[in-house]
Amino acid sequence: MKSNTREATGQHTRECGVSAALKQGQITPTELCQKCLSLIKKTKFLNAYITVSEEVALKQAEESEKRYKNGQSLGDLDGIPVAVKDNFSTSGIETTCASNMLKGYIPPYNATVVQKLLDQGALLMGKTNLDEFAMGSGSTDGVFGPVKNPWSYSKQYREKRKQNPHSKNEDSDWLITGGSSGGSAAAVSAFTCYAALGSDTGGSTRNPAAHCGLVGFKPSYGLVSRHGLIPLVNSMDVPGILTRCVDDAAIVLGALAGPDPKDSTTVHDPINKPFMLPSLADVSKLCIGIPKEYLVPELSSEVRSLWSKAADLFESEGAKVLEVSLPHTSYSIVCYHVLCTSEVASNMARFDGLQYGHRCDIDVSTEAMYAATRREGFNDVVRGRILSGNFFLLKENYENYFVKAQKVRRLIANDFVNAFNSGVDVLLTPTTLSEAVPYLEFIKEDNRTRSAQDDIFTQAVNMAGLPAVSIPVALSNQGLPIGLQFIGRAFCDQQLLTVAKWFEKQVQFPVIQLQELMDDCSAVLENEKLASVSLKQ
Amino acid sequence: MAAPMLRWVGRGRLWTFARVDGGSCHRRGAPTGSTSNRIRGQSSVAQQPLYTTQKPRKGEHKWAAVVGLEIHAQISSNSKLFSGSQVRFSAPPNSLVSFFDASLPGTLPVLNRRCVEAAVMTGLALNCHINKKSLFDRKHYFYADLPAGYQITQQRLPIAVNGSLTYGVCAGKKQSQVIPKTVRIKQIQLEQDSGKSLHDDLRSQTLIDLNRAEGQLRVDANISVHHPGEPLGVRTEVKNLNSIRFLAKAIDYEIQRQIDELENGGEILNETRSFHHQLGCTMSMRDKEGKQDYSLFSQEPTLFLSVAACPVGVPSPKCGVWLSIRPWLQCDASDDNELQELPVGFLLPSEARLTHRRDLAVRFMPEPNLPPLVLYDATSLPAGADPQQVINIDQIRETLPELPRVTRERLVQQYGMLLEHSFTLLNEVGLLEFFQNVIKETRAEPKKVTSWVLNTFLGYLKQQNLAVSESPVTPSALAELLDLLDSRTISSAAAKQVFEELWKGEGKTPGQIVSEKQLELMEDRGSLEQLCHSVMEAHPQVVMDLKEGNPRAINKLIGLVRKATQSRADPAMIKEILEKKLSS
Repeated sequence: MKSNTREATGQHTRECGVSAALKQGQITPTELCQKCLSLIKKTKFLNAYITVSEEVALKQAEESEKRYKNGQSLGDLDGIPVAVKDNFSTSGIETTCASNMLKGYIPPYNATVVQKLLDQGALLMGKTNLDEFAMGSGSTDGVFGPVKNPWSYSKQYREKRKQNPHSKNEDSDWLITGGSSGGSAAAVSAFTCYAALGSDTGGSTRNPAAHCGLVGFKPSYGLVSRHGLIPLVNSMDVPGILTRCVDDAAIVLGALAGPDPKDSTTVHDPINKPFMLPSLADVSKLCIGIPKEYLVPELSSEVRSLWSKAADLFESEGAKVLEVSLPHTSYSIVCYHVLCTSEVASNMARFDGLQYGHRCDIDVSTEAMYAATRREGFNDVVRGRILSGNFFLLKENYENYFVKAQKVRRLIANDFVNAFNSGVDVLLTPTTLSEAVPYLEFIKEDNRTRSAQDDIFTQAVNMAGLPAVSIPVALSNQGLPIGLQFIGRAFCDQQLLTVAKWFEKQVQFPVIQLQELMDDCSAVLENEKLASVSLKQ
Repeated sequence: MAAPMLRWVGRGRLWTFARVDGGSCHRRGAPTGSTSNRIRGQSSVAQQPLYTTQKPRKGEHKWAAVVGLEIHAQISSNSKLFSGSQVRFSAPPNSLVSFFDASLPGTLPVLNRRCVEAAVMTGLALNCHINKKSLFDRKHYFYADLPAGYQITQQRLPIAVNGSLTYGVCAGKKQSQVIPKTVRIKQIQLEQDSGKSLHDDLRSQTLIDLNRAEGQLRVDANISVHHPGEPLGVRTEVKNLNSIRFLAKAIDYEIQRQIDELENGGEILNETRSFHHQLGCTMSMRDKEGKQDYSLFSQEPTLFLSVAACPVGVPSPKCGVWLSIRPWLQCDASDDNELQELPVGFLLPSEARLTHRRDLAVRFMPEPNLPPLVLYDATSLPAGADPQQVINIDQIRETLPELPRVTRERLVQQYGMLLEHSFTLLNEVGLLEFFQNVIKETRAEPKKVTSWVLNTFLGYLKQQNLAVSESPVTPSALAELLDLLDSRTISSAAAKQVFEELWKGEGKTPGQIVSEKQLELMEDRGSLEQLCHSVMEAHPQVVMDLKEGNPRAINKLIGLVRKATQSRADPAMIKEILEKKLSS
């Protein structure tokens, strides 16, 4: 049995692999579920989960097991442990958005994406940690505390640190996961589940994926339903997917994509399902665009060099690599700030303490109650964004800020259209400026500054509604993952992932080695060869 | 939905409305500057005043009033505008609330097709331009019965604009002359209704009912007065007028109040006022002063309809009407199970009532969860489109019923009735149909039918406060009665008697009543001559009077004979017999 488990969780880090093991009876859903639950307990200090839905998961595993016994498997995701960011509504399971405001709030319905995962037989392990209301880029600003990056405890990172005479006090020197979907990233990275839902408004799925050595996929806006996702910026939010390989992301996307009558912004057109990705043998017909504006001074030399190596790789394999211009890039982050805070101000208006969530004790007047409830319920970051947003929405400012930002947004979207019209199939960019930084380093800057820096390569995609994916490329000199981002044409998600899959195969990103952390339970992880097979093929 | 408004407009007012109006509902024309400047500085906004004066009342010759109406009418639909929960009158509080209605986080609005169709139909009926593309906006303000903190409406680009409605005002000594008038419709917009607050003063609590507010029609009137030739005056808004009578009273009162205030050297504040039913006056709804954090509240008593933002040079000044369609919608069965888990009533501390919603900061933003609403016509309809997902304006136009104005013209032409009678026929629900059914079944002249329906039938209804549908007399029964009259089987007086019997609702036909009560006209000349003879013999004094030269005395004899026949004899025949006898 142990060898079964080893094979299932180690070698086949892809659902298809583990799915095959489930189908062949090498492992049962309950065994798989218990294995993940035990890893969740062992990695509790990572603070990846806000709520662990152990009973629900075990019950689902039991049902899945029955289906397998009867030969009625629901598909590739049946019996597969997944985690969901705590800003997706889950029926009967507390959904907090890592905020005091929603502590104790138990939604009476499932978000469409959650329901779709459950309908496919997936096991819901729990709700993952995030920055409060997904506002942040570190997963450090939630009411339940920061999420720790599993790579802080990896053999790869620790060995490099031993070589560094300056490193001290190991315990306080842990790294951030990036955010805001850091809990989901940590959960997948630490093998507590096979896939996790994040949300991506300005890079919140791709950023932690890059820092945690994962595939982080942001689908085209309108491809996946937002119903039940507690919004940050409605016009930019998309449910994101975090997995350990591109094929897994495609399988999850296949389960989630499609029109939803409960979300008027989902497109009606039928899409190709399932998202089975062909293995590209030849990239000579591909045209890769390199946006020159993304070469910013703040970009670390290591990332820059990997980016350029990646471009060389495509070129050497016969692809056409072109420098392209996205001329409005420099306005993007400011524009994003205005639009984001304005929608935040609007979306947060419903949290007044009346119907659900936190309510203060003050009852001298309704207004005083609103004010105190909102003061107690939201952290400084959320309140700051509400204030800015309402400032931009004031009648006297509306034209000068909100309307202008909307116009700039159009220009930014057009930049991408022009690039793709010039013949480019996929854009290749960095995902982040550098690898993950230690928490103590990260908190030296405030949330707003950090978000502006960390979203620099990712948020323009949200404003344009395009699909984008971060692929782990290599480890930095410090032994930490670095990701690169591919951006595709709107609704060409499958093409984008196909290119990403080819790239993933070329770069052979190493599997995280957590044996020190997980000692006995993850013997499988010791086997580096097995853990990396899905990439090496 | 438009019918109640039509009736009101038909009444007309003595004063004339000037109305600055235009296609733009944007606020872009508004001057920049601080909030309070914009509000109070309205009179300083350079603007071409548009007004008319018409028969000013005594002492008011130098004032013209401008009135704009914002009419909130409920759409007759099965489910709500943006959710699948039901619309039902007087349902228990919070029993028809979906997750979206309660603004649970993560829920999204889904537009109700029926409401869009109703809005398009209303737009067509009111001669509006239908916007093939319209947009939804969020209107933000904090109020306890507005659970999302914003209301979804159509501020920038509404579904229909620039319409007009022609109506008649009764004038002349007997109010019998109908003067045609035209009112301009600025825009029709789809708007989500807010909830309802119930204030419990004893326990200092406010209860919120998210079934949404009640009442099918609510009007806010914007009123200002100015001297002709001068800029428009500062405007006040009288809120929540829920009857036509109160609307008229409130406008009358407010115009007079503003004139008095200004003539006494006072100042009109741009403010929200309420109408006190018992006292018949309007009162300021202003309350707390003081600055507040604008992320929660701020002092910006902005009105929906900014006159200052309207362009100049608009032709034909008339009363402006802003129609706001608010659906009150209803439920798909699949959503019923959602309803069980919601609390029955939400409680919050008192004093909510002190802050009026319009006194709070109002901020707008495009609604990101609803794509632009695109309508099609026969030429633009995309091939192979799912009929459930497209709305065809031309198709709606075909289903438009005959409009009241056309019906009235037809009645006048077809039946030769007076225009004011056609108004009466249309203003009472079901009366026109009743009239037409009677016409169909009777041989009597249309004028006779009109007279009986409008005088006798409507008179009985009004006296007992009944609706047409509650009438004990059916169209067939009245038709039969009029046939009896027409064929001279009974006299007019007997017909009234029969009608009274019919009203008792005992199920007898007019024919049965006539024969039971022996109400047929006396056709037997011999018996009638005999009767006349007896009456003359019994009243020698009257006969004497007559012979001595008082010709009117014959009426007394006729009356006596009729009484003896129980009104069954034709008075003309009685008169003829009597005259013959007297002259012999």
